[in-house]
Amino acid sequence: MRTLKFLLQKEFKQIFRNKALLPLIFVVPIVQLLILPLAADYEVKNINISIVDHDHSTFSRNLISKITSSGYFRLADYSNSFQSAFNQIESDKSDLILEIPQGFEKNLVRENEQKLFIAVNAINGVKAGLGGAYLNQIITAYNADIRLQWFQSDKFNTAPVITVASSNWFNPFMNYRFFMVPGILVVLVTMVGAYMCALNIVKEKEAGTIEQINVTPIKKYQFILGKLIPFWIIGMFVFSVGLFVVARLVYGIVPVGSLLLLYGYLSIYLIALLGLGLLISTFAETQQQAMSVAFFFIMIFMLMSGLFTSLDGMPQWAYIIAKCSPVTYFIEVVRMVVLKGSGFSDIKNHFVIMIGFAVLLNGLAIWNYKKTS
Amino acid sequence: MKQFLTFVRKEFYHVFRDKKTLLMLFGLPIVQIVLFGFALTNEIKNSKIVICDYAKDEATQQIINKIEASQNFDIQKTLFSHRQIEEAFKAGNIKLAIIFPANFNNDLSHLHQAQVQIIADASDPNTANTLTNYATAIIMDYQQELMKNNVVPFRIVPEIRMLYNPELKGATNFVPGVMALVLMLVCVMMTSVSIVREKENGTMEVLLVSPFNPFLVIIAKAIPFLLLSIVNLSVILILSVTLLDMPINGSISLLFAESILLIITALSLGLLISNVAQSQQAAMLISLMGMLVPTMLFTGFMFPIENMPVPLQVICNIIPAKWYYTIVKSIMIKGLGFSAIWKETLVLFGMTVFLLVVSFKKFKTRLV
Repeated sequence: MRTLKFLLQKEFKQIFRNKALLPLIFVVPIVQLLILPLAADYEVKNINISIVDHDHSTFSRNLISKITSSGYFRLADYSNSFQSAFNQIESDKSDLILEIPQGFEKNLVRENEQKLFIAVNAINGVKAGLGGAYLNQIITAYNADIRLQWFQSDKFNTAPVITVASSNWFNPFMNYRFFMVPGILVVLVTMVGAYMCALNIVKEKEAGTIEQINVTPIKKYQFILGKLIPFWIIGMFVFSVGLFVVARLVYGIVPVGSLLLLYGYLSIYLIALLGLGLLISTFAETQQQAMSVAFFFIMIFMLMSGLFTSLDGMPQWAYIIAKCSPVTYFIEVVRMVVLKGSGFSDIKNHFVIMIGFAVLLNGLAIWNYKKTS
Repeated sequence: MKQFLTFVRKEFYHVFRDKKTLLMLFGLPIVQIVLFGFALTNEIKNSKIVICDYAKDEATQQIINKIEASQNFDIQKTLFSHRQIEEAFKAGNIKLAIIFPANFNNDLSHLHQAQVQIIADASDPNTANTLTNYATAIIMDYQQELMKNNVVPFRIVPEIRMLYNPELKGATNFVPGVMALVLMLVCVMMTSVSIVREKENGTMEVLLVSPFNPFLVIIAKAIPFLLLSIVNLSVILILSVTLLDMPINGSISLLFAESILLIITALSLGLLISNVAQSQQAAMLISLMGMLVPTMLFTGFMFPIENMPVPLQVICNIIPAKWYYTIVKSIMIKGLGFSAIWKETLVLFGMTVFLLVVSFKKFKTRLV
């Protein structure tokens, strides 16, 4: 126990003396938490629309004003020819073309049916899908308005109507930051934990000081605990600062669920993560190797974790890979607890899996760590 | 000239001898194309939903069948009471709940009006929006079928055409971004690290005291990476055409010319970093933090630039990859010619000249 105390004292002294590492641990995550959610805003808004109006009637004008006042669309161009609108799409000045054909009003009244042409720049599939759907909604609503105005015998209408009432739970204002900030917090804790832990041990290898520790009577588990505990504390600290200072004060996110549950999961997650760092450090000989290996894994973990894209849309093999990464589970848990207020019984499977990761990764690392080189 | 070729050969030996780095150089683009092309899709399909059906009649069954047939939805279970909905949301990955009130069919056929409620888990707002739209569309579709015999007055029928990417694939958006990312990664990081390594090992000193022009030493260093990048680029293009069915609508030679321009920009940036950095680790950190992360964030292929706050949009403009991304999209997907992208090319060219001038100015023939 006494040995461990001295080891911990040594580690903390080393960490606080390293003036290059300190800002990396404390300042960079906070700056990233401030910038990333601003940049990673996938909310689809401000869709630029070009309108080609061949009709110039009251109906077409009403429709246009309905579209521009909806808040989703910004009128980028209003012209008479499809070609000029298409040029706007080619030069990325607009995302969507709505073409109102000639005789729109007349045909609608006389023939009861009239087409509208919509062309969407679909290079970004999500934006195109949502943009098209929004425009469709507005046109449908406009259509219903016209029907009300012009068609009196609504009461005796024999056509069945299904009204769809939709509501959004857990995030009624549809604020995209609420979704991103908890996920980014997880990524930051992951980077700090895995990188720092891996680099720290490899540095001792490179400097040769690990040999000095190897020849002392310090036990294997004492050495590893001495390395894990400081970074475990730092990980907890970074998470708390992110959650209480940045997320609460800057973004106004207050966890709905129990904090105790969140921290309980965090502590197990950190143990698993530090085990990963430890494992990398036992394989790598130089800091450069440790860094590139850690970078490679964290990049894959991050991209596949469901942080930016949905897991459900993945093909089966990718889904299995995603399910083999601890980051995926922690992001799910953070979002569930912070946004939806899930309780222990909802995430008990996640707990079991994370404990499994912790045991497996640390076990491998300890097994692979040898006191003799 | 013969001297120069000898130097180039020396650099090639360096690159080919380092098997681990070479593996990373060629492995990374392939991994990224596979990840971005197949694993990461923005498409929303197989979303897990629950259904709470109080009516259990012919109409609701038909709607449920329609929902089940759609590949966007994956019905997880049928609930018996709306009280279970919150539980279901909290316990798992349920994204949407659809509730049919009692007497749905009765209301529909006799009162001509019935209600459906859709509740979405909006902790992910985009998915919630999209799924609500999909579900509404399915229900509306059912309603249209019922009305087949009735003439609906004043019907506006929007016809939607998806340009360039009718299947709404994610790859169309990602591949140009991956191209920019890989070229930046290979050129900036590898060049700077390889020059700084010579500094660290002290062999740079040897090269600089040789009768050979120091600038040619640097140019000889850049040539293997230029060629490697072109090979990488071809690999990415071949993979994306064969595996991902991506089109190359514009001229390939124009695409390569623009890519070489970006490669030169990146190489001069790598040169600049190698002038500043003293150790390999510093060079790597600067390249990673200073180039790679901004390239991922601010190019516009992962996150739409127009949604960012104004200061960040300004930052986006100084990222070379952002301009390249626009160029590649225009050539590959939209099939435009040079006249559409001369502005972007000019900006990229200006950046290259600026970086080259600065890095040659900062280049010292003495190390101390």
